[in-house]
Amino acid sequence: MTIELVPHIKELLSAAGLSGNEAPVREILQKAWKPISDELITTNGGSFIAVQHGTGAAPHPKVLIAAHMDAIGLMVTTIEEGLLHFTQVGGVDQRILPGQMVNVHGTAQGSDKAQDIPGMVVMPPAHLLPADAPTGVLGLNHLFIDTGLEPKEVERLVRVGDFVNFAQEPMELAGETICGHTLDNRSSVAALTVCLDILSRRKHLWDVYGDATAQEEVFGTGSITDPVAVRPDLAIVVDVTFSKGPGGNGYRSCEIGKGITITTGPQDHPYLVKKLSKLAEALDIPFSLEAAPGPGGTDAYSIQTAESGIPTVEIGLPLRYMHTPVELVSIKDIRRAGRLMAEFIDSLPENFMNEVIWE
Amino acid sequence: MATQNKVKSINFSLGKKEIDLLTRLCNAVSVSGDEQKVRQIVLEEVKNLADEVKTDALGNVLVTKKGSGPNCLRVMLSGHMDEVGMMIVKESEDGTYEFRVIGGIDPRQLVGKLVLVGRNLVPGVIGAKAIHMTTPEERKVAIPVEQLRIDLGPGAKVAIGDRATFATKLAVLGPSIRSKAFDDRLGVFNLIQLLKHAPANVDLFLAFTVQEELGLRGAKVAAFSFDPQIGIALDSTPANDLPFFEGDEENTHYNTHLGAGPAIYLMDGATIGDRRLVNWLSESADAAGIPWQYRQPGTGGTDAGAIHKTRAGVPSVSVSVPQRYLHSAAGLVRKQDVVNTFKLIHTALSRLDPSILNS
Amino acid sequence: MKNEKTLHDVELMSLIQTLVETPGPSGQEHIIREKIKEMVKGIADEIRTDALGNLLCRMGNKKENGKRIMVSAHIDEIGLMVIHVDENGFARFVPVGGINPLTCIGGRVLFMNGAQGVIGAERLDPGIMPKLENLFIDTGATSAADSQVKIGDVCGFDRPMLDLGKRVSAKSMDDRIAAVIAIMAMRALAKLPASKRGPNEVLFVFSTQEEVGIRGATTAAYVVDPEVGFAIDVTLTGDTPRAYKRPMALGKGACIKVRDSSFIADTRVVDWMINEAKSQGIPYQMEVLDAGGTDGRAIQMTRAGVPAGCISLACRYVHSPSEMVDKNDLDACIKLTVGLVSKEVKL
Repeated sequence: MTIELVPHIKELLSAAGLSGNEAPVREILQKAWKPISDELITTNGGSFIAVQHGTGAAPHPKVLIAAHMDAIGLMVTTIEEGLLHFTQVGGVDQRILPGQMVNVHGTAQGSDKAQDIPGMVVMPPAHLLPADAPTGVLGLNHLFIDTGLEPKEVERLVRVGDFVNFAQEPMELAGETICGHTLDNRSSVAALTVCLDILSRRKHLWDVYGDATAQEEVFGTGSITDPVAVRPDLAIVVDVTFSKGPGGNGYRSCEIGKGITITTGPQDHPYLVKKLSKLAEALDIPFSLEAAPGPGGTDAYSIQTAESGIPTVEIGLPLRYMHTPVELVSIKDIRRAGRLMAEFIDSLPENFMNEVIWE
Repeated sequence: MATQNKVKSINFSLGKKEIDLLTRLCNAVSVSGDEQKVRQIVLEEVKNLADEVKTDALGNVLVTKKGSGPNCLRVMLSGHMDEVGMMIVKESEDGTYEFRVIGGIDPRQLVGKLVLVGRNLVPGVIGAKAIHMTTPEERKVAIPVEQLRIDLGPGAKVAIGDRATFATKLAVLGPSIRSKAFDDRLGVFNLIQLLKHAPANVDLFLAFTVQEELGLRGAKVAAFSFDPQIGIALDSTPANDLPFFEGDEENTHYNTHLGAGPAIYLMDGATIGDRRLVNWLSESADAAGIPWQYRQPGTGGTDAGAIHKTRAGVPSVSVSVPQRYLHSAAGLVRKQDVVNTFKLIHTALSRLDPSILNS
Repeated sequence: MKNEKTLHDVELMSLIQTLVETPGPSGQEHIIREKIKEMVKGIADEIRTDALGNLLCRMGNKKENGKRIMVSAHIDEIGLMVIHVDENGFARFVPVGGINPLTCIGGRVLFMNGAQGVIGAERLDPGIMPKLENLFIDTGATSAADSQVKIGDVCGFDRPMLDLGKRVSAKSMDDRIAAVIAIMAMRALAKLPASKRGPNEVLFVFSTQEEVGIRGATTAAYVVDPEVGFAIDVTLTGDTPRAYKRPMALGKGACIKVRDSSFIADTRVVDWMINEAKSQGIPYQMEVLDAGGTDGRAIQMTRAGVPAGCISLACRYVHSPSEMVDKNDLDACIKLTVGLVSKEVKL
């Protein structure tokens, strides 16, 4: 592979890039994807797309691969005596907040002169809270961030609306796993890199649009608007899914490191599910079928229903401790997902869409 | 108040052929995301009656029948092929199957029922522990879906992702019909009838949609493809018109009354009906002596919710057949309401003046 | 206390009063739309109404270095729709838009057909919050037969505007005050010499059905197909006793929205607005709203995506019959809107 996977993943996991402010991730991908793409596009919604043209005369059918790159995090609301109150960007579990290390992206001096200021989330002592504050888990509105700086300095650097990301550094754990913040969904972005890397050395017939989408964790902006810009014939969405582990053993969970998932549900065209499953078997890529009774949960929700509709299928990377700063994913699974997508796309004949019917 | 009937409505009744079609439609297992069984019936019925028939990326069946003469308005009508039901999500250790509900079904409707699973209609039951082994306290609490299982009998197998419904078979009970899935096989049925008796003065764009119960997803893409000037959703809505349990308080939240005719929507949770179209429908009913009622403004939604927001906007309205016990194993409608709903739509379309959109 | 009213103040108060007191909940915007159309007839280059009743007013033609800009102010207000008039003439209703039962009890309503009424409540056990199902409208009727209202009839809240000097209070500041801002901006633009109007094609959209789900702006944005856009709406404040902690307050200037619960403003648009406010010395404050949605979302999500944001007017007591805004903030919003659309847009 042209790109060293583990350093690439670590680089992705060290960047901020909250929903609505994904520039730091775009910068990384700008460098990483340049050697393996014909064209790089930033969409109006903030997504970043690598285009690989198919071989032979144009026009070619198009496939869109979506892996959202945005992170959940916090946003500064009020500033009192240098202490920062905040709200969430995306679904943050408030139980994990006390004591978390964060970075405040301070733009009070202008966006071009922004500064990253380290801080931590703190829980005030109970006697300082209003009488009706809960005694158990404190809500977001009662916590705040302390940067250690003097109030005047904080006012100079930080303003209302500044983005705050979790500062947890990525770490390799046993069994070829990696942990950190935003493995949801940067591990899928890494899988997309693996896929693009393999495809860059193949003579695939289809145009490939590798799309690191924006704002999936909040409003799905990338998934709503990118398909209109690209108009693909089919779409693959790769996102993390629930892995078995402490607190997570329902029907939706699968073993970590034992393979990826292919989703079957209303967002997944049954023919694509069938084709992808058969291919995974042929390639000895371990996988399981994940049942999704309802819609939602990934970019597929809006991509599938863009304009006149796009046949879509979802691939899942099992992950433990979703939406905490210590998410855990198997690196083997990342490679598997990337490889499956690449082989699938490389195998597509020009007229593949004629086979994609309802039966 | 007697008025001269200014318009003659079409001669239509539920004869053997019609009941047979409705029976096949209602008995079919066609849950949101896997509407294949109803799609097959629809494709068979519309064959040779339409100018164009297409199945799109999500599985909607899009049928076009042009009118004749100048100034035909492009009218889109929609009826959804999906019903609420269940999905198999996991095989349990004892060979029974864990499942989840698709769409809104009250869990108390599930227990002690016969179901059919998958394309092969494998029969099964959702059982409950023997009453002898329960305590009175236990019997007061509804069993949550997570604890229910579908039992196919030892050795039978179905696949993860298979859909299931109640095994109800349609039955005519005097002036009424009892069945599952009136929502929205009645809409599908009326669309087919409309195609069989197509009014010549409009261009008909009939959308047999998918996944309405999951957020109007099929209608969104169908409307984009059709790009109509007017949208009409045909659905079924609750008749909560039973008397109060105690006393003779007036029932002010009946939604609709069974037997009072097709229900015209003023406003639901997804659409504010265009008043020009609402009035066009009620005036058409009055002119032809067809009984009608308003569906009480409130929550809920129909495909019109997606249609009216498409592209540059489409004035839309909904009409439903009143039904008691919606989303249960056994819904009840009056034959006359079904007949009058079709008559209303047909009459209204036949006298639709293109200038309606000018006001 | 000085009580001089400037011409500007008089014009503004008259405009606000006309717009806030006109009935027109979502789906019933025909009267307010006609009023606005009359007001902008002389100053817009082109006016049309689309399929969902949005009023689209174009000013200017796009020059080489110009952009097509959409500015959206919604003209529908919250209200109630009758679902049943009982045998004693009491009208039950459902909300049109987000209605808090506490703001209803004892309130007065004005129907689109001119009928009026008051809102009463069923008996409530102490300590129980009333729900809308526990309320009803009393129009003074004694039976369903002599009721002036029936199923489907729509009313808005009925409350006259109150000029408090520095501040002004009325129902439906959300979002009629944005229509005021848009109209004042259009008038200011029309007064500028052609050389100062900028290279942009500006579509002022007076949108419908925002309160029930940002529906009008969705189709209007598709029609306009802008290159950049922003909504004008109200936002909540944190400056009243024991309020939720929010950074917005009356008197601190025009609010530049970073996010609300329907979209995150494009950071380039936020910077564009900050730069314009700074360059003109317009007082401004940053807005982070933990609730609510605005037309800005519809603009951002249209077609292949559009850089979008929102200018907000800080407003106390939103969705009550006595919403309150600050006149200096109002002027700041007008100035900021004019400044943004009348210059080359550099994102």
